[in-house]
Amino acid sequence: MSRAPLQLHIPEPKARPGGVTDFSGLRIPPAGVLARPAVDAPSEQLRDYAYGLIRVLDDQGRAVGDWDPKLDADTLRLGLRHMLLTREFDERMVKLQRQGKTSFYIKCTGEEAVAVAQAMALDAGDMLFPSYRQQGLLVARGCPLVRLMNQIFSNTRDPLKGRQLPIMYSEPDYGFFSISGNLGTQYPQAVGWAMASAYSGDTRIAAAWVGDGTTAEADFHYALTFATVYQAPVVLNVVNNQWAISSFQGIAGGERTTFAARAVGYGLPALRVDGNDFLAVYAATAWAAERARSNHGATLIELYTYRAAPHSTSDDPAGYRPADEASLWPLGDPVERLKQHLISLGEWDEQRHATLLAELAEEVMSQLKEATSYGTLGNPPPNDPGSMFEDVLKEIPGRLVMQREQMLALREGN
Amino acid sequence: MARMNMIQAINSAMDVAMGRDPKVVVFGEDVGYFGGVFRCTAGLQKKYGKQRCFDAPISEGGILGAAVGMGVYGLRPVVEIQFADYIYPAFDQLVSEAARLRYRSAGGFTAPLTVRTPCGGGIFGGQTHSQSPEAIFTHVCGLTTVMPSNPYDAKGLLLAAIEDDDPVIFFEPKRIYNGPFDGHHDRPLTPWSKHELGEVPEEYYTVPLGKAKILRPGEKVTVIAYGTMVHVCLAAAEESGVDAEVIDLRSLLPLDLDTLVESVKKTGRCVVVHEATKTCGYGAELVSLIQEHCFYHLEAPIERVTGWDTPYPHAYEWDYFPGPKRVAQALKKVLED
Repeated sequence: MSRAPLQLHIPEPKARPGGVTDFSGLRIPPAGVLARPAVDAPSEQLRDYAYGLIRVLDDQGRAVGDWDPKLDADTLRLGLRHMLLTREFDERMVKLQRQGKTSFYIKCTGEEAVAVAQAMALDAGDMLFPSYRQQGLLVARGCPLVRLMNQIFSNTRDPLKGRQLPIMYSEPDYGFFSISGNLGTQYPQAVGWAMASAYSGDTRIAAAWVGDGTTAEADFHYALTFATVYQAPVVLNVVNNQWAISSFQGIAGGERTTFAARAVGYGLPALRVDGNDFLAVYAATAWAAERARSNHGATLIELYTYRAAPHSTSDDPAGYRPADEASLWPLGDPVERLKQHLISLGEWDEQRHATLLAELAEEVMSQLKEATSYGTLGNPPPNDPGSMFEDVLKEIPGRLVMQREQMLALREGN
Repeated sequence: MARMNMIQAINSAMDVAMGRDPKVVVFGEDVGYFGGVFRCTAGLQKKYGKQRCFDAPISEGGILGAAVGMGVYGLRPVVEIQFADYIYPAFDQLVSEAARLRYRSAGGFTAPLTVRTPCGGGIFGGQTHSQSPEAIFTHVCGLTTVMPSNPYDAKGLLLAAIEDDDPVIFFEPKRIYNGPFDGHHDRPLTPWSKHELGEVPEEYYTVPLGKAKILRPGEKVTVIAYGTMVHVCLAAAEESGVDAEVIDLRSLLPLDLDTLVESVKKTGRCVVVHEATKTCGYGAELVSLIQEHCFYHLEAPIERVTGWDTPYPHAYEWDYFPGPKRVAQALKKVLED
């Protein structure tokens, strides 16, 4: 019997530079159609949520359906403020990177609702295991921007003493775990932290974030296995922003199924959520957090969004995707959508918005003024290079004492 | 005091640690109900409950990832990797995470975990039940690497490792779990119950990390070894008649350089012995340090007796394993040089 030769399939995005992305094929269900299940519903009854899309804000900016978290206007305005502050901070930091004040920066433009709404839906004591694109968690938890700037500038007040690449924050006082450059490692760590919390009879839970690309790492599989085996109180988030640097989400395995669907095979509930809908993100996170806190175990949340910015300051998306793709994204912009919602409620207007923008720009500039007074990258050079030998271990071992002496002698020209 | 083999001593260390500190939790593949494939965790689940000693999925990366997270929370996880040959899936968590967490967070987060893992050959374990990967870990800043050679040290070092506030890789040479093996595979094994180092206190004590021990004082040549090879070297010294000073490193990193330097300055000669493959093995670091610190006292080139630079073969076990004959040959050679 003769057979046609086999063909290797290589997934391709809808459009490349010069083309026009047609998003009309995306199945975006209307807001409000999905019911909000009980937090103790068995995972096998929740399978549809891994394939649907939880949405609260409709096209007119109204909150509709079961998942509306019914937040008061002050909370909504606070969410808007955190998102706008995150965006303003991002814009300012990229400018400073272009001016050579720091070596590197990563924006989260278009994904502000993910981090901000999730931080607001979790408790202050819950432990966050982020990737490098959830700076909104720190903004929403009230971490002073000057601390982040000091880290970005590797200056004399850098909380990480100049050891880490910019944006790899570590903020124990804000329950924000040390960011690692190695993708996905924080996922099983968050599960372990949650297991420890359960072992200790604590009431705190853990939450972790990876991108769509990182779901292909082995750590993703480890985390889901451990989370289901030990019923760990953890919220596992996948921020599906469609892109992993230049690779579209089909290269990570998203071409024929959702990332949320992966949880189904582990026996974990999964919620797929409109990641640009502040209310939907808040409601889904609150549901998963309540489920975890009630000893019903882990939930995976796929936050469906779009990476509107370049991957990093070292990246130019014009080399791999149409320049206007973000503007065609059917789920819009998270900041604009929450703003319209507040306006439709009569709780916001263009003038208040403009006043807030000016106030936030001033806040960022004022903190920037303080941060730059402690120095920017290499200007002045850090004043304690000997500190590079500290914290490798709790005590500085003899061989490192010797190496520090050698290094300091070289600096002094001996 | 009791007579214990290595397995019982290691079990006793975990028992004592769990009894003293509720933050100590023990987990790994088959370590819970069953008590471990080598029985090192036997009885711990029954005594301390399922939540303190439990079975883990077959997922070395998951075990280490979870252990790091538990350490961050404030527990002291003691995890088992069933064979050192299977530690590689956990390599990223060990190297990129556990080892660097204190440094990259400027002390804000730490991972006080202990990884126990049976290592070494001489048991017809073939390629994936015989490896000695210690040099891969001594090259990593932030990790402490330990390998005991007897029950007394095994318990004391393990308790010190569990109490250490940084990650420790605790290698257990499985060939000497039941008795000191000197490389004479054709002779019956003497059990630890007939050996003075099988005398182990039942209560709490520690053997400090980073301290070597001179097991056989000598004047003519310094032999540096650890794990199973300590016993091979002791046999080689007796059989060759060479007045060798045999040092058991116990901790590879931190290293007790002072004891080594003092000995080599006295003897003027040095043989470094390990089971692991030769090229870029831990022996290369020892040779380099001795050369650096004892150059003007050396009377002969430093010799290395190690496994060959091949994967560990099944049928050629005793041609591969650096036995007492090969060590004795090296002892005579450095005296002739």
